[in-house]
Amino acid sequence: MNLTLRVWRQKNANTPGQFVTYQAQDISPDMSFLEMLDVVNEVLIKRGEEQIAFDHDCREGICGMCSLVINGAPHGPLPHTTTCQLHMRSFKDGDTITIEPWRATPFPVLKDLVVDRASFDRVIQSGGYVSVSTGGAPDANALPIPKDSADKAFDAAACIGCGACVAACKNASAMLFVAAKISHLSLLPQGKVEEERRVLNMVAKMDEEGFGNCTNIGSCEAACPKGISLDNIARMNRLYLKALLKSNL
Amino acid sequence: MSITLESKIPSGPVGLKWSKYRQEMKLVNPANKRKFDVIVVGTGLAGASAAATLGELGYNVKAFCFQDSPRRAHSIAAQGGINAAKNYRNDGDSVFRLFYDTIKGGDFRAREANVHRLAEVSVNIIDQCVAQGVPFAREYGGLLDNRSFGGAQVSRTFYARGQTGQQLLIGAYQALSRQIQAGTVKMYARTEMLDIVLVDGHAKGIITRDLVTGKIEAHAGDAVVLATGGYGNVFYLSTNAKGCNVTATWRAHKKGALFANPCYTQIHPTCIPVSGDHQSKLTLMSESLRNDGRVWVPKKKEDCGKTPHQIPESDRDYYLERKYPSYGNLAPRDIASRAAKEACDKGLGVGPGGRGVYLDFSASIKRLGRNKIEERYGNLFEMYERITGENAYEQPMRIYPAIHYTMGGLWVDYELMSNVPGLFVIGEANFSDHGANRLGASALMQGLADGYFVLPQTIGGYFATNKNGRPTADHPEFKKTLEDVNTRINTLLSIKGKRTVSDFHRELGKLMWDNVGMARTEASLKQALQRIPEIRAEFWENVNVLGDGNELNPALEHAGRVADFLEFGELLAYDALQREESCGGHFREEYQTEDGEALRNDEKYAYVAAWEYKGVDQFPVLHKESLVYEEVHMTQRSYK
Repeated sequence: MNLTLRVWRQKNANTPGQFVTYQAQDISPDMSFLEMLDVVNEVLIKRGEEQIAFDHDCREGICGMCSLVINGAPHGPLPHTTTCQLHMRSFKDGDTITIEPWRATPFPVLKDLVVDRASFDRVIQSGGYVSVSTGGAPDANALPIPKDSADKAFDAAACIGCGACVAACKNASAMLFVAAKISHLSLLPQGKVEEERRVLNMVAKMDEEGFGNCTNIGSCEAACPKGISLDNIARMNRLYLKALLKSNL
Repeated sequence: MSITLESKIPSGPVGLKWSKYRQEMKLVNPANKRKFDVIVVGTGLAGASAAATLGELGYNVKAFCFQDSPRRAHSIAAQGGINAAKNYRNDGDSVFRLFYDTIKGGDFRAREANVHRLAEVSVNIIDQCVAQGVPFAREYGGLLDNRSFGGAQVSRTFYARGQTGQQLLIGAYQALSRQIQAGTVKMYARTEMLDIVLVDGHAKGIITRDLVTGKIEAHAGDAVVLATGGYGNVFYLSTNAKGCNVTATWRAHKKGALFANPCYTQIHPTCIPVSGDHQSKLTLMSESLRNDGRVWVPKKKEDCGKTPHQIPESDRDYYLERKYPSYGNLAPRDIASRAAKEACDKGLGVGPGGRGVYLDFSASIKRLGRNKIEERYGNLFEMYERITGENAYEQPMRIYPAIHYTMGGLWVDYELMSNVPGLFVIGEANFSDHGANRLGASALMQGLADGYFVLPQTIGGYFATNKNGRPTADHPEFKKTLEDVNTRINTLLSIKGKRTVSDFHRELGKLMWDNVGMARTEASLKQALQRIPEIRAEFWENVNVLGDGNELNPALEHAGRVADFLEFGELLAYDALQREESCGGHFREEYQTEDGEALRNDEKYAYVAAWEYKGVDQFPVLHKESLVYEEVHMTQRSYK
């Protein structure tokens, strides 16, 4: 198949960017979206033009490194699918595809389609863990955990930290990402101990990094490649309110 | 400098060595730990767990990763699970059995003492991870669930759906984040190590490139820990992430660290077959699938083009069940992989190019119901469908082996220190625990064993006995190495040839896969050894790396890594050529039993091959560490 690509090119964080149009020729439907970009890049290099920079690593939908807003949708048209797992059979011969970076103030563009998501790491550093040091853990079966709780915790822990939720939100809210971590840990007895401290600190950090508030529209859930549920945000809000009230007592 | 390999294995019975070591090791007083700076390169399971634990102990840690966040390291892609000798199933497991299975699975080419220690600390890993909030699979009673895995007859594998690596890595990442917050660890993401700095023969720092600004910087420390993973991408197509590379370990090798057993490369039997020339990587599906999937090919060549439903049961060859009745579809990875290649070589393969075999779940779906299968492997079935467009609940998957893991790595002693004092190597980057073949669910175990429980203790011994101090980053050795790094980058940018970096990588990868891959011969290896220097020479004359050094430049990053692969590939082939036997992940066609199994030669090759670098285009020098088995007897592996 032959496609027309409108790709965001931007030299670095301090230079304004613009869309540049490229032709992608002889694309196989069995290629992944990133393999299609690899092919385009090979052609560009041979023409003496710099390749399009994009983030990627595992190319199997789990590392969370790949991004791209494809025709307005973070990670493209398929539900529960990262860009690296999107295949060209989802497009038609002759299609025009617009490819942009995540757009959100807390994710500044570094080059072309590459953005800086270090703000996510800083939010986790503010409390997204159980404070146990290596060595002091009791036997793993000492504390039974209902299967249902463990499964729900897993569902929240499946977040890959890609940032699609932020890119999808008109407020650039990170509530789904933050709520997923808070839920994961709060649903397990190990994480309960620090629950209140954690939710207060992480929410404060999230605000400080410049992420917006929840719109209650749910575009984050729709864009999430791992199907993280909006219920997590409700859980976080409940925990936050409880913790806030208790901290003011 | 003459090199002697001192493995520093403690004396005494194998079961007591680790206790004895800890009893006798020199300690660093808690108040003194903060005086030591440790550089940790790589933040996968080994690196993140080591950096976090060193930080908890009070050391000052600088951690580096080339990805945009430490949470993205390729450990995250491990699916199936992590082994531990908990014996929660009451099925006869023990530390000794896990130790023995690992030694046997490694085809008697691993170091006994290291493997026993690994089995001992395996139980602590599970405790630690549960305490961190890793959501392992559980039963209705609330206790942890287990599954069985290739190469074992007990259920000792703990898992978190098909995303165990992700959950364990996030656990380690969170522990690391806690230390970053506490100020004991300083994290440098999007920063790649390009060389190592030795002062008076000790590893005292690294040179890095900031991948966003291009800034080349020197970092000094009291010790350097490499946790930089394996070298599977020398084959271009592998299940490794695109960024995985040999640069850190290769640079250390060029500075004197011995590279051990590079020819031990693991081929994973359950990957999605190649679909065309555009293929940029291969996707693995957890081998846990073999618990409930049955592997088969048509008995007759003329059936290969038919849909699987058109082939009656009587015309299917369930070749693993036929050849290995007691292990069946759970035969170890190397055996299952070669059996698939053998079937395809006979013309019985299925799918594009005839390089695929079926993995069929219909019997399990009938027995357990689709829901149970979905619960166990749902994400893998979805992934398979996204990539191939096929529904594996309704038709069998197609699978084919691919390069997946590399058992070889930098040589380390019992303390996980290389022959270069102060240079520690952990996780997949070292050679020590898996011998010639790694069992399923043992990589996560080793990465976390090294990072949480072994290195943080053994490194103290180095600090307690070596008081040579920490140089500053303006020491002449740092300046010199920094200049070397700059020169190399400028050279890469100035060649301005006609071929892309990927083009060279593909050519090298194909050569390696065809000649140094699943089956090797003297002739194929000699051909590779002739061809690799030619490709390398052309690379340095004709590669085209556009853009500048002082900006984010993916082509430049890739070029540096491919340049190192072009040197490393040769060492891999040398190692495969000198090892005139077949064992585990190293299969020489000349050395096989009558029924096509690997034929070891214990009399001549029961040693670790540790190579010393002598210069590009120079023969490396082979040093041998004899493998002494005190506890187990070497036998021919049999999984029949």
